[in-house]
Amino acid sequence: MEFEPKILGIACNWCTYTGADLAGTTRLQYPQNLRVVRVMCSSRINPSFIFRAFQLGADGVLVGGCHPGDCHYNTGNLYARRRLAVTRKILEFAGIEPGRFRVEWISASEGNKFAEVVTEFTEQVKTLGPQTKFKIEQQPSLEKI
Amino acid sequence: MSRIGVFVCHCGLNIAKTIRVSELAQFASTLPDVVVAKDYKFMCSTPGQEMIASDIKEHKLDRIIVAACSPLMHEQTFRKVIENAGLNKYLVTIVNIREQVSWVTHDVEEGTSKAKALLNGAVYRARLLAPLTSRFIDVSPDVMVIGGGIAGIQAALELANTGKKVYLVEKNSTIGGHMAQFDKTFPTLDCSACILTPKMDAVLQHKNITMMTYCEVTEVKGYVGNFDITVKQKARYVDHDKCNACLACTEKCPGKGVSEWDEGLVKRKAIYIPFPQAVPQKPVIDRDACTFFIKGKCRLCEKVCEQKAIDFEQQDTFSTVKVGAVIVATGYDLMNTKPLVQYGYGKYPGVYSALEVERLFNSAGPTSGKVTLRDGKEPQAIAILHCIGSRDKNNYEHCSRVCCMYSLKFAHLFKEKTSADVYQFYIDMRAPGKGYEEFYNRIIEEDVKFIRGKGARVAESADEPGRMIVEAEDTITGKFIKLPVDMVVLSPAMIPRSDSKDIARLFNLSTDKYGFFMERHPKLAPLSTMSEGIFIAGVCQSPKDIPDTVAQANGAAAEALTIVVKDKMELEATTAMVNPASCCACQNCIRVCPYGAPFFNEQKGVSEINEALCKGCGLCASVCPASAIIARHFTNDQVLAEIEGLMEF
Repeated sequence: MEFEPKILGIACNWCTYTGADLAGTTRLQYPQNLRVVRVMCSSRINPSFIFRAFQLGADGVLVGGCHPGDCHYNTGNLYARRRLAVTRKILEFAGIEPGRFRVEWISASEGNKFAEVVTEFTEQVKTLGPQTKFKIEQQPSLEKI
Repeated sequence: MSRIGVFVCHCGLNIAKTIRVSELAQFASTLPDVVVAKDYKFMCSTPGQEMIASDIKEHKLDRIIVAACSPLMHEQTFRKVIENAGLNKYLVTIVNIREQVSWVTHDVEEGTSKAKALLNGAVYRARLLAPLTSRFIDVSPDVMVIGGGIAGIQAALELANTGKKVYLVEKNSTIGGHMAQFDKTFPTLDCSACILTPKMDAVLQHKNITMMTYCEVTEVKGYVGNFDITVKQKARYVDHDKCNACLACTEKCPGKGVSEWDEGLVKRKAIYIPFPQAVPQKPVIDRDACTFFIKGKCRLCEKVCEQKAIDFEQQDTFSTVKVGAVIVATGYDLMNTKPLVQYGYGKYPGVYSALEVERLFNSAGPTSGKVTLRDGKEPQAIAILHCIGSRDKNNYEHCSRVCCMYSLKFAHLFKEKTSADVYQFYIDMRAPGKGYEEFYNRIIEEDVKFIRGKGARVAESADEPGRMIVEAEDTITGKFIKLPVDMVVLSPAMIPRSDSKDIARLFNLSTDKYGFFMERHPKLAPLSTMSEGIFIAGVCQSPKDIPDTVAQANGAAAEALTIVVKDKMELEATTAMVNPASCCACQNCIRVCPYGAPFFNEQKGVSEINEALCKGCGLCASVCPASAIIARHFTNDQVLAEIEGLMEF
């Protein structure tokens, strides 16, 4: 059976999440490996969200926000951009292939771009195979949370 | 332990055709803390809502999960449902299994398993949700309308008639917009000025409208209900309080500027009113054309002005206005067709753009309504080329919607005012509006020639100097046509105003790829934007005709009214808060917040957050090195739990 990666998406409410909705409204087809978490702004993304996803077995993480300069909260995505750049370095340092982490600026009108990015990214993660470096086999049970 | 109810919506077949909904509900019932799980055809319908409400009571549910369409669609609907059933409204979680699952795959297996993962994530998250208390703020009762075209005028009048105070901001020195340039309007051929100028006058006379012409918005602060908008009054060099509109100055002025109102076909004075029916009837000085500003002497206008209203020292002034809601109605530009060299606009004097032709027809225009070419001769053959730049993948893919109809109107007026042969070069004839198809049929009867084929090129005639050849393929006969004409009318794409990007930035509006403002929802919220309290009307949203623009303006006025009619309004409770026990007083949050919501409490030595200013982006929570800031409704624990749930399947 072909390897089907698990991909976590974290999308800002105003641009990328809405763009993803537009992809749906326009009935664009893309691979179903992506599971999206909605946050209000990409600046809300704590790097721990990304590390945790890899620990929990995500094969790839895709972050989406408004285009720089178009942030719903004026400057949030600029902070996110810097923070995610550092996050990428840490991931690389920890041995995660750079191809497993991607940040894209997708506006509310770019349903096409959303579908394209997801398709492309899913293919890329597929070729990288399962992510084992960060994955914790013994997952904590729910009660610990 | 929470008691979760899961409600899976079929959305007719929208969801049910690619997700096995009953299996999804069955799956949900096996998840931790889920007490009841059901599926139903339309969860948002009254029976669906009643089902949720009665299950809340019957099973004593304290968390609700609705797996349905996007939260941007119905989150508010379901929040109301559970609030009416006695739950805190922030305890509902929406799982988007339509826009982000069933509509983006055809595969039932894939769809169902993704839906399960999303639902699992939602259950994990729901268990950690906390009830939140809404905030109420005072609402400023006034409204600002930006753009003084027909959309802005209509919206301003509607609002003013309800007793609300309206600030109408217009960047030109008169209101009226493009509609003031037209001669006739399709399909009724009634005179544009006759229906517009009374409205312009009504704006001027209305006691509730403050007209701010020759003004531009430079800064927007605040949020829905309480915007503080800074408006720049550009220097007019004429004191409008003193000016009595005698216009003696405009007669004496030796300066020459390009008449924007006549689309550059003629010159106007440097001190001018754009057109005789302008509102207000008071002149401004165009610095770039004024002899005094260029050469340092002249001041003729000052000499003739009995009111001593001319003031060459005048500077731009800024004022701040407080409003509760804003309507953006900034309209359109026509595409510059010069780069489309194949049509020869700007090269051959016989090629005109649509708005120039409007001016030629207009009795107040440069030719007093006579259709003559630039050399003064009457045209013998006229070609009207549709879809110049629009419906064109190389330029603008959208249909500009009004060109077919105004081209028909042009044909009629050409027939009325000249003896010329009139040819329409069209791709498809689009006449979807009340009376439009009838108008099309009427023009067919008027001996106008229709050639189904897009004009491909305009070239100089080799045989007859001064004439042009229009080349096209007639797609009905399959033949190539070379038609000699002496006037070509281009119908260019309608595009957003060149400065609409600035407006988008000021008001935080999303735009589509061409720069038209994005509506919150294409069907159900066509006048709202992603920025609460900012509404859009008219062509700035997408090309449309006057009836649709007016309808939108009325709609936007009603939408704005829903905000400013109340004294207080509810704000999202999803703000950030500081846990003082963990705060390390680094003040990072204060430095990064775009709204100035966090402040430092010197006495306690910790940061605090002014919730009235917080918009809930969560930036501060992520920069807090001590994790002392909690972004309500998107706490670390909640998001991490959701991620865990998503990754389990």
